[in-house]
Amino acid sequence: MRMTSVRPLRPEPPKELSSLHGRAMDNLAFIRNTMEAAGSFTAVSGWGMVAIGVLAIAVAVFASMQATAIAALNVWLAAAVLSPIIMMWAMVRKARSAKMPLLSGPGRKFVLSFSPPMFVGALLTFVLYRAGLVEAIPGVWLLLYGTGVVAGGAFSVKIVPVMGLCFMLAGVIALFAPVAWNHAILGAAFGGLHIAFGIPIARSHGG
Amino acid sequence: MAKNGAARDDRPQNSMKGPALKKPAPKKAEELDRLIHERLRLGIVSALAVNDSLSFSDLKKLMNTTDGNLSVHARKLEEAEYIACTKSFEGRMPKTQYRLTALGRRALERYLDHMEALIRATRER
Repeated sequence: MRMTSVRPLRPEPPKELSSLHGRAMDNLAFIRNTMEAAGSFTAVSGWGMVAIGVLAIAVAVFASMQATAIAALNVWLAAAVLSPIIMMWAMVRKARSAKMPLLSGPGRKFVLSFSPPMFVGALLTFVLYRAGLVEAIPGVWLLLYGTGVVAGGAFSVKIVPVMGLCFMLAGVIALFAPVAWNHAILGAAFGGLHIAFGIPIARSHGG
Repeated sequence: MAKNGAARDDRPQNSMKGPALKKPAPKKAEELDRLIHERLRLGIVSALAVNDSLSFSDLKKLMNTTDGNLSVHARKLEEAEYIACTKSFEGRMPKTQYRLTALGRRALERYLDHMEALIRATRER
């Protein structure tokens, strides 16, 4: 019996072409990896942090004027929704002005490391709220935000994980401090730390 | 990463090492800059492209190479005016600082164009 030969739909490229292609790809990957390893650029926007810091101070003042803990929590939750939008906008602007892709190696790693603690924070907020432990929420927020910044900051410039550690320290203080201090601690941390670290990041690391 | 000094003929060549393409690559991407094609020199130029300047020890750590090897390759880039070098003292310690020149940045951009053109050309076949 005679078998017909099978013709591939798309012939494979000659070996020398795929080898050239591979070497060119390898060279581009090498350049990108070297730039990522050497870069003092951080995808985190310093000016975005300053804006969030100013917002947090205003929110702390407004939340402290609320009659109930639930109302104050709602004010902070509104800020928690607004802040990532401000930061994303600032990061996109920074990446565009530096002609760097937003989700290049370090940027992508930062987002991937930062997101899980934020998800856990949202979940725990709901659980603590249902359990009536609203007073514990600020400490948990600060601890998890700090954890996310430390984890994401491992792929960024040194100042970023240091800021994360400061947030974690603020979280520990909030967990053990009197409840009446909660708004002040949240304002000092989300406001003061973002401004204090945002300015040097903006000045030294691309905006 | 290449650690041996590949200081051979660094003039622009018409193709990468290896078998030549039958159909010529796009003209713009024809000339490969051998000076920065060498891995260590490509690494130095790439690292300096994302920093205002880097010290000798920063580059050495980053490239994971020896003093002698880095000196040889940095000098080649300096001679081609792709990088500029400034020497100073930090206390009693000599400090060598490198930065990428406009010529070096253009060379890196051309090299990137060349690699992208090669990838496009091989995909089209």
